[in-house]
Amino acid sequence: MARPVPESPEPMKPAAFRYYTPKTLAEAVAVLADVASDDGRILAGGQSLVPIMAFRLAKPTHLVDINGISELARVTVADGKLKIGACVRHAAFYQPVCDGPLGKLLATVVRSIAHHPIRTRGTFCGSVAHADPASEWCALVAMLDGEMVAQSKRGQRVIAAKDYFAGIMTTALDEDELLTEVRLPLLPADARVGFQEFSRRAGDFALGMAVVTYQVVGGKIATARVGIGGAEPSPRRIAEAEAALIGKPPGATAFDAAAVAAAAAIAPLEDFHTSADYRRDLVRAMTRRALDSAAV
Amino acid sequence: MSHGGNAHGYPTPPPSSARRVLGHAVARIEDRPLVTGRGRYAGDINFPHQLHMRIVRSPNAHGKILSVDASAALAMPGVLAVWTNADIAELSPIDFRADKNATGIREFRQPALAQTYVRYIGDPVAAVFADDPYVAEDAAEQVALAIEALPVVMSASDPPGEFEPGRSSEAIVLHHSFGDVEAAFRNAHAVIELDLQTGRHSGVPLETRGAIGVYDAAKDLLELHGAAKIPHRNRETLCRMLNRAPSSLHLHESHVGGGFGIRGELYPEDVLVLVAAMRFERPVKWIEDRREHLMCANQGREQRHRARIAVDRDGHILGIEDEIFHDQGAYIRTHGVNVPNRTMCMMTGAYKVPAYRAKARVRLTNKTPAATYRAPGRYESTFVRSRLMDAVAAKLGIDPVEVRRRNLITAQEMPYVIAFDEPGVEALEFDSGDFPALLEKALKAFGWDKLQADLKRRRAAGELVGAGVAIFMEESGRGPSDNAKIKVDPDGTVELITGGASLGQGFETVMAQICAEALGVDYRRVRVIHGQTDLIDHGIGAHAARATVLTGGAVHVTATMVRDKALEFASELLQTPADDLDIVDGMVMRRDTKGGPSIALGDLAKRLAPGSKLLRGRDPQLAAHGWYNTDHTVFPYGVHLAVACVDRDTGRVAVERFMVAYDVGRAVNPLLIEGQLVGGCVQGLGGALSEEFVYDEAGEPLSATFADYLMPTVHDVPDVEVLLTEDAPSPRHPLGLKGAGEGGINGAGGVIASAIDDALQMSGAITRLPVTPQRIRDLLRR
Ligand SMILES: Cc1cc2nc3c(=O)[nH]c(=O)nc-3n(C[C@H](O)[C@H](O)[C@H](O)COP(=O)(O)OP(=O)(O)OC[C@H]3O[C@@H](n4cnc5c(N)ncnc54)[C@H](O)[C@@H]3O)c2cc1C
Repeated sequence: MARPVPESPEPMKPAAFRYYTPKTLAEAVAVLADVASDDGRILAGGQSLVPIMAFRLAKPTHLVDINGISELARVTVADGKLKIGACVRHAAFYQPVCDGPLGKLLATVVRSIAHHPIRTRGTFCGSVAHADPASEWCALVAMLDGEMVAQSKRGQRVIAAKDYFAGIMTTALDEDELLTEVRLPLLPADARVGFQEFSRRAGDFALGMAVVTYQVVGGKIATARVGIGGAEPSPRRIAEAEAALIGKPPGATAFDAAAVAAAAAIAPLEDFHTSADYRRDLVRAMTRRALDSAAV
Repeated sequence: MSHGGNAHGYPTPPPSSARRVLGHAVARIEDRPLVTGRGRYAGDINFPHQLHMRIVRSPNAHGKILSVDASAALAMPGVLAVWTNADIAELSPIDFRADKNATGIREFRQPALAQTYVRYIGDPVAAVFADDPYVAEDAAEQVALAIEALPVVMSASDPPGEFEPGRSSEAIVLHHSFGDVEAAFRNAHAVIELDLQTGRHSGVPLETRGAIGVYDAAKDLLELHGAAKIPHRNRETLCRMLNRAPSSLHLHESHVGGGFGIRGELYPEDVLVLVAAMRFERPVKWIEDRREHLMCANQGREQRHRARIAVDRDGHILGIEDEIFHDQGAYIRTHGVNVPNRTMCMMTGAYKVPAYRAKARVRLTNKTPAATYRAPGRYESTFVRSRLMDAVAAKLGIDPVEVRRRNLITAQEMPYVIAFDEPGVEALEFDSGDFPALLEKALKAFGWDKLQADLKRRRAAGELVGAGVAIFMEESGRGPSDNAKIKVDPDGTVELITGGASLGQGFETVMAQICAEALGVDYRRVRVIHGQTDLIDHGIGAHAARATVLTGGAVHVTATMVRDKALEFASELLQTPADDLDIVDGMVMRRDTKGGPSIALGDLAKRLAPGSKLLRGRDPQLAAHGWYNTDHTVFPYGVHLAVACVDRDTGRVAVERFMVAYDVGRAVNPLLIEGQLVGGCVQGLGGALSEEFVYDEAGEPLSATFADYLMPTVHDVPDVEVLLTEDAPSPRHPLGLKGAGEGGINGAGGVIASAIDDALQMSGAITRLPVTPQRIRDLLRR
């Protein structure tokens, strides 16, 4: 098993921790098995974890840095699925990583995550593991019913999105599990895709977002998925909004109905910047706009 | 060697076209180290054997300290000491600056470490000293505080609570008035009453605070490094607090990453590092982290105004009345009650107001203390005045620009004096200005009339888009005095020592330009020194748009003295009357003929060396020490125009255009002024639209990170259009100069409120800053 890097004699801004640099997945889960119960954590891009450590809001005792595990840095397509490894950074999605609408949608969504320097470090899987309610990737995973592959010394399991997100920064991952991969279903060539979010400033976490896809057959919407993020403790598909679309011709009437349905269906998070009413306003507006943007 | 500048009736200074370097947009001389990573900020300053200080801060917004247990912290290796108030019992609270009238408010000063009570989250309770900054931080976490929670007061317009038993949290009520207010309101055609609020925000410099205290026991000399803004004035305060002679206490400014009024004031940490350096006889360093900064450095602007205006049927102002609830936060800091006073005295702005009465209730709350932030009191009062003018326009059905035109003080009325009835309240003496002319120029440059047609058309097509205007007065260059020392080296380099300060605004370039113009040298050959109390005994620092006017005045006076000495001496050497000589590029030569005899300034300096045979009774050195003294303040003025577009569905405001029109009297460097105006404007937009220090009902600060305190980014601001005019040079300044530090921010809140009202076509809708998207949606949903 990977030995901890000898404890640095230099004190530092975050609280002290032991630091491990495994080179393989097997090593990583072995270390994690040892340290997880003693507040051991994985360090991926560090773009969420390190700031809260600098504020000493998080004080992990052990950090297992997975950035050196090259087998986790891959994006592959197999079995009709896009497989995104744990060390794949946000910036990898600037150019479509696969053919068809999914690659295009990922390339659209990534532009709304933070700022360029953060995108060059932060990882897709780190976002999904961190499960901020306003994570764009989490909303996308929920909308597409993606799958999370969790590995521990005990074994591997695949968790469906609907069973995975469990509240604000809470997931079905156990503390000794490493999220090795997220799988997204490829979208058919005729799928239309749209994404819109509202944040106070460019790069801020969004106060509400909608990510949608639908197919039109014979002038009517035949399949539809509407994912809402940033509005509830976890992102999810909104069945009421999807129902409002199915069987209708794409256009203002159906889109408005879906937007209104989405706004009504959510149980909005509230905070100082966003009352429940305001959150519903944003969900309505973003859903409408996401549907519009998918239409063109 | 002093030379009192005549403060009255200077002739109109020449335009920049008749100058060599003064008034020209030349490049900054201070940037090379800054852009090549060689800047030296407080964090870069280290001394051998130094200790590091970390502050243990109150987790309670209001409470009584029952105990502080430092035993665990003291047991940690590398920890030298943990202090509480008992360790500095003899030290006075952080004092007001000498010029602040402190009657009745001294009890509200902040102790360096909390004594008995804590009053905001972040209030320093204990100080940990250790060999390493992070060991100090680790140890600070181990200091156990037992605090009994007390009720909090979170709003200045709530009924006051108790500051301490028997002492109300309403520290003082201040008054400003003139004219017959009763008659004005009695005879009014219309009276409008508004309830308005400006939000709590502040300057957030890139560099957080830092202080390094050094004590040299061999010389009994105490030094504070990391000083900024007002090193000399802070030395005065520190000498009083620490009972030391000025010559035994020196402050040293290094590079400073922004100030905006908040950096460089004296805070508890500055005093603690000095006391600790003396007690431990080791240098003590403290560097603030960002979270501390957002919880502890001065905040500002939070006021509620119940304002009334009386007008006749044509919209002429008859009277203004205002009751101000000033949220002072937990203590009164170094500025005393400067901000509420500036709010009141500048309230009437550029308008003729026959009768005025304002009352400011300065109330303490359990939040971070408030103090001056860029354009203190003016951002607030311009917002209120603009809202009142817009309300008058709406009520009487007069165009908002027209209603302003009708009330502006005119050029013919200059100088214009606003005197207050209250004894001791200083009158405002507007020195020069043509406000109507600037308004018309700005409207024309902005294309106001055509814009109105465009906006109308866009609104008819369903957009929520509108424009606003705000007109404001600034004040700058308040006296009494500043001085400068200039010396020419034998190689022609000019050393200019000032008591000014640089917060990054371009101070060195500006002073070099003023010096170079008078002395006839290349401005890049002037080495400008500032912020060092051991090199010059007096200095005004950099605050309230004073540096260019006051220190610039002193540099002009002193450079002229050096020039006179050079010409007089050269005239003897060159056998030419001094009047026929000029100095060009560092060479003294005949004005009329090219190629005549000439001599370099450096050569003159050589020949004036101590012991030189050529001295003939002259003092050695080509050098001078001069003073500029004035009783006056000079008043620049400006107009802000903006176009705002509201997203109906989300409430987001996009500022499509923003113009700052500003009359600066005479510009020393238009490039730097433009930078000041644009930078200030961006900060003003932050306060108008997004920046707000929010607290929950228990006093917990909710804006203690950059994810929650929303400063505008480059995506959020338009290209600010600047119209810089020089129509009204100050007759009270030898170079006609007026300040420029605050003209970009002053009207931003007012103009954005006007533009949003217009966009929504809901007059008077905006009563509170910042105008957040949620607040707009609430308005639209009504
Ligand atoms: C200024 C700023 C703005 C931002 N804005 C946005 C935004 O708009 N939208 C957005 O979605 N994000 C935003 N982020 C967060 C950023 O996207 C992060 O990169 C991301 O949330 C986490 O990915 P990471 O690789 O950096 O994870 P880390 O910070 O390394 O880890 C985050 C958490 O996830 C755990 N973890 C990481 N990887 C794994 C894994 N493979 N298996 C199990 N656990 C794991 C860690 O232990 C930790 O608890 C922002 C960040 C900053 C600093």
